[in-house]
Amino acid sequence: MDQTPAIMAEGLRKRYGDVTAVDGVSLEVARGEFYGILGPNGAGKTTTMEMLEGLRRPDEGSARLLGEPSWPRDPRLLRRIGVQLQASAFFEKLTAREQIRTFGALYGVPPEAADAMLAKVGLTEKAGVRDDQLSGGQAQRLSIACALVHDPELVFLDEPTTGLDPQARRNLWDLLRTINAEGRTVVLTTHYMDEAQQLCDRVAVMDHGKVLRVGAPAALIEELGVESLEDVFLALTGREYRE
Amino acid sequence: MTGFVSLSRAMALGLLRDRAAVFFTLVFPLMFLLLFGALFKDTSANAVKVVQVGNVAVFDGLPEKERERLRPVLEIERTSGSKAALEQALEKVRKGEVDGVVYQSDAGSGARTDIGGRDAGTDGQVELRVSAADPAKAGSVRGIVSSIVQEENLRATGQPPRYTLGTHRVEDESVQAIQFLTPGLLGWAVAMGAVFGTAYNLVSWRKKRILRRLWLAPIGTGSVVGARVGVNLALALAQTAIFLAVATLPYYGLQLTGDWWLCVPLVLSATLAFMSIGLVVGAWAKTEEAANGLAQLIVLPMAFLSGSFFPLDSAPEWVQTVSRFLPLRHLADALQGVLSRGESWGTALPVIGGLLLFGAVLTLIARSMFRWDTA
Repeated sequence: MDQTPAIMAEGLRKRYGDVTAVDGVSLEVARGEFYGILGPNGAGKTTTMEMLEGLRRPDEGSARLLGEPSWPRDPRLLRRIGVQLQASAFFEKLTAREQIRTFGALYGVPPEAADAMLAKVGLTEKAGVRDDQLSGGQAQRLSIACALVHDPELVFLDEPTTGLDPQARRNLWDLLRTINAEGRTVVLTTHYMDEAQQLCDRVAVMDHGKVLRVGAPAALIEELGVESLEDVFLALTGREYRE
Repeated sequence: MTGFVSLSRAMALGLLRDRAAVFFTLVFPLMFLLLFGALFKDTSANAVKVVQVGNVAVFDGLPEKERERLRPVLEIERTSGSKAALEQALEKVRKGEVDGVVYQSDAGSGARTDIGGRDAGTDGQVELRVSAADPAKAGSVRGIVSSIVQEENLRATGQPPRYTLGTHRVEDESVQAIQFLTPGLLGWAVAMGAVFGTAYNLVSWRKKRILRRLWLAPIGTGSVVGARVGVNLALALAQTAIFLAVATLPYYGLQLTGDWWLCVPLVLSATLAFMSIGLVVGAWAKTEEAANGLAQLIVLPMAFLSGSFFPLDSAPEWVQTVSRFLPLRHLADALQGVLSRGESWGTALPVIGGLLLFGAVLTLIARSMFRWDTA
């Protein structure tokens, strides 16, 4: 396999007016890695993700995905990456099957392949159900399926398990592990430290627009001499309440 | 290409499955057409209704050919010749249920006559009673009955008529209600479909981050915009087809003239103009509710000021002035011209150009206001 890193970001910086949302973030994610970006609300996770994905132009710095710059927009690169923005990013009034076939068609994926992806996330029985009639877990699985429909090498997932019950979360974890085990690089943001500890090969803990620490969950726990990744997180980002 | 097709399909399905959208863009304006079209249909005089009490020689002796000729203008209801029947018939005239009563008071029977008693030498005195409530109707009843009596008189003499009256209808060039309602209401329907659809779509896709999601798919802006425009143009053509199909029904009686098909480029360019209004609304509004509210605030006054529902002939000067800046006014006027008044390119072309220019300017404004995200 090509050994250029899946993600290579250097000195990403983004200001909104007076606020510096991301302040010099550098990341390197290897091929096939399961990588987590953690941080309290307002830490700059989402803006960092959006600059990596090529949704926003960094004020400074650059990001390369699979060896290609993610800005400016490059359709050839877009075919190789999959992005899940949020579980409600669906077309109005379409059924699960119509949603995934529409997204598939944007990438030139035939309908049969789209249906196969629907089966893979266990939604074949719900194929004829409209997006607003799906449960939270089903909508999340559909939205992940839509991100994976064109068999991307690199997948970005933004808080994929937020708002799900424990059963649906565990169910989704299995799906994410499968995706990763198939050789895809997976980058996710999450608020759940147990989730990051369970799934991620490495995590980056962010706050105030900066990366505070990067490492494997177990290594960070050991380094800080605490019990869990949650303790690592609180030790790094403090305990004060965030909006 | 498959991206364009599947996006068009997704948008069309989303539109057709949105019952509220289908109602407000198709059913609702059509209801206005059906209702107004029926209300204002043919206000000119219909056949007059006359009750014939008992035997009236001139009526009973009418040749069949003559009866046939009179049928569209005169409707005769016969009753018995009793006094009670006469009273009843006169009561009907008083109430306006029929337009007149005819009966015969026989010569020399001693009946009172209205024409000064000069009944010597006549076989019968035909009596006509009309209501004073509707002078126009009364006049036509009098005219018709009088002409029947005179013709029978002439026939009785066995002489050929010395003078004859030649009549021929002049083509009616006044604007009939349906000629006015069809383009006005169609324009309103097209405006609703294009303004609401575009504004709602833009806001909803921004909020749901579908815009962002599409940005991250290997598909060109042209495909996305083209699909949206294509779906709206198809909707506008469907609206046009349905409106024309209804308006040209014999019941509503819209007569299409020569280059009526020019309504197609007119409607298409107007759709682009209205979509550009929708783009500005959608670029400004943060929520779907705000987009709907603002769109309503624009479309409804525009429809009134453009004379979609009633003619502006008697409207104050300032309304006329304002309406000249509204795309819907120009669309409705040009549609009326090409659909039913025999006008052609001379009417359509400047309007098409103006609508496209209007659309281009507003699209540029919307572009400067465009945001990817709600925040």
